[in-house]
Amino acid sequence: MKMYIRGTGNISPQKTFGDVPFLEEPVLYNGIRLTCIEPDYKDIIDPKMIRRMSRIIRMGVAAANACLQEAAIPVPDAIITGTAYGCLQDTDLFLTKMVEQKEELLTPTAFIQSTHNTIGAQIGLLLKSHNYNNAFVHRGFSFESALLDGIMLLMENDASNVLVGAIDEITDNSHAILKRFGLYRTAAVSNMDLYSTVSRGTIAGEGATFFLLAKEPSSHDYAQLNGLATFYKPKDHAETEQHIVNFLATHSVHISDIDLVIIGRNGNAKDDAVYDRLTQTIFNTSILANYKNLCGEYPTAAAFALWLAAGIIKNGIVPAVLNVSNTTGKTMKKILIHNHYQDTHHSLLLVSAC
Amino acid sequence: MSTTVFIVGVGAISAIGDNVAGCLASFKKGKAGIGDMVYLDSAYKNKIPVAEVKHTNEQLAALAGMSPKISRTALLSSIAAKEAMDDAGISNMDALRTGFISANTVGGMDKTENFFSEFLSNPGKGKLRNVVNHECGSVTELVADQLGIKNYVSTISTACSSSANAIFLAARMIRHNMLDVVIAGGADAITKFTLNGFNTLMILDSDYCKPFDENRKGLNLGEGAGYVVLVSEKIAKTLPKKAYCTLSGYCNANDAYHQTASSPDGIGSYLAMDGALKKSGLLPSDIDYINLHGTGTQNNDIAEGTAIKRLFDPHYPKMSSTKTFTGHTLGACGGLEAVFSAMAIHHKIIYPNLRLQTPMKELPFVPETVLGENITVRHALSNSFGFGGNCSSLIFSKL
Repeated sequence: MKMYIRGTGNISPQKTFGDVPFLEEPVLYNGIRLTCIEPDYKDIIDPKMIRRMSRIIRMGVAAANACLQEAAIPVPDAIITGTAYGCLQDTDLFLTKMVEQKEELLTPTAFIQSTHNTIGAQIGLLLKSHNYNNAFVHRGFSFESALLDGIMLLMENDASNVLVGAIDEITDNSHAILKRFGLYRTAAVSNMDLYSTVSRGTIAGEGATFFLLAKEPSSHDYAQLNGLATFYKPKDHAETEQHIVNFLATHSVHISDIDLVIIGRNGNAKDDAVYDRLTQTIFNTSILANYKNLCGEYPTAAAFALWLAAGIIKNGIVPAVLNVSNTTGKTMKKILIHNHYQDTHHSLLLVSAC
Repeated sequence: MSTTVFIVGVGAISAIGDNVAGCLASFKKGKAGIGDMVYLDSAYKNKIPVAEVKHTNEQLAALAGMSPKISRTALLSSIAAKEAMDDAGISNMDALRTGFISANTVGGMDKTENFFSEFLSNPGKGKLRNVVNHECGSVTELVADQLGIKNYVSTISTACSSSANAIFLAARMIRHNMLDVVIAGGADAITKFTLNGFNTLMILDSDYCKPFDENRKGLNLGEGAGYVVLVSEKIAKTLPKKAYCTLSGYCNANDAYHQTASSPDGIGSYLAMDGALKKSGLLPSDIDYINLHGTGTQNNDIAEGTAIKRLFDPHYPKMSSTKTFTGHTLGACGGLEAVFSAMAIHHKIIYPNLRLQTPMKELPFVPETVLGENITVRHALSNSFGFGGNCSSLIFSKL
């Protein structure tokens, strides 16, 4: 399978949006919540529209817009989004008013914008595009499901390019609730110390990350996307390994051909144990890189990893913040991403140089 | 990529029946499921009619074999998905690549609503078990785990076209030879959140809805779940029972007009229907029945009707909105109406469009007002259009 990442747009807790150096100035956080660095939307979205949009819609529309601009595709053949939690701020607002006002005197705006397809719909509306438009909402598979849909459309020749994105936001209420579930550290931690202080819980993240995937190559592609696989609730470590072995075999790649493996360590001992085992087996000779100290943990974080892999291949450098040794003088031609969310949703992505 | 996709199992629960047979019996009796609110605890009790499934959560939980404490949407989903799977009668599921692709619009919102009232007074309060399945995907996973399906599990949420898109995706995954068997469709329970949301939009009829009537005043919310089992030709051949029909065409298009309103000319609806016809290689004259989206709002029915006029004039197939029986079940309607379309072909029946008194003056056609029996339906078109301009059409074809 050969598809081309022609453009990206990424709003994240790092400086990743617009014409910025590739992760050269890492943003440090001390706490348990990483927040997206939002651009000045005035230059990107019609100010009249901005006022009506909630934060996640702004982030999604701006990231999609930047991605299309970079790819020089005015209107894509399909718009496909993935979000685990959807438009939380609007959901929260409508729910709060409904409870507080006892179902009386409510206004529709927050309800309208709370539906899970709002971001994809807004992108379509702004582009006046009648093309294919879909929205996936499956927890730690939301982004991967959207990506698979896009890949299938390209294979079916029903699209020559697709816009695929992942969007998830943290709100004060969602953070408070997820914290009560024990997802996060109980004490503040520096994101750069996440892996040296592995214990119970991780740090929360969010992001809006879009990709323009094309069937044909161009002169300005980031990388090729060669493979995607997901697996759900592996019963044990052996099954996880078997899926990775099968994935590599399907794509006729040996693990020694992989220049870099990006894994989704999040500093939570239980989650990281999955990668620890793999580091002793399949990945024992691989060069490994972590990324969730940069963007935090959230169900669609694999989109950040794909952006990172595409950037490493395009720029020909592994940013120093990834703290990966043994890469000097080595060109990064093939990158494998293995991400899992709570050992329930696993995904594998294979990216290579064009 | 060329394999035909067969529908070999169906499952449904709605205000007019706990299973497919129950729903069909109500269609034959002309008995709608709309009425006063009994199970939802809302300030709009006795003010806004709804089409509820006539069971408490405890009764549904017993039918589903699940805990009554989980979301009503998961209970409905489980009941219909299991019926579909049993109906297909595939004995060697474990040896096949199976998928569960479901849809819903608000996940476990019915429980989140309870959580939120306590949580707002004190962020340390509210039972966490009431929000643990808030996400749309969690509702799907509860059912996938119960059914033992794990090769592919996903959830789509494109408002009222959600479950049509789930069925659409399932067919494509079979055509790509990624899966052998997929249970696809959707579920939604009525929640206060959606009831209040639609109420602020002023598109709820305070009486029983009248789709495609000149004097229509809005929709009635309903709840339920509908699933079909899709298989490849190879698997269909191994089954003891003949398939009901095939899924021959599908298309997803966007109206790109407004976040909640349809364009006056129904461009999205037109493109979805036209695209589905092209995919199936059929002509408009091949369609014998249209299961309308037909919500009963001023806006939907004129947009959908105008698009049908543009595509089908002057030869109109028989058509009806089964929402006159089930109410608008949102994330479930594409699934339920796929089941009804498949059954229209299989049982040679056309469902009536209830309460239609004065046909819309802008349209040259009138939906069926009485039950049609012994009518050969070669191809049935099912429309599902939603907020965000998401329009999807599916075509089911006689074997």
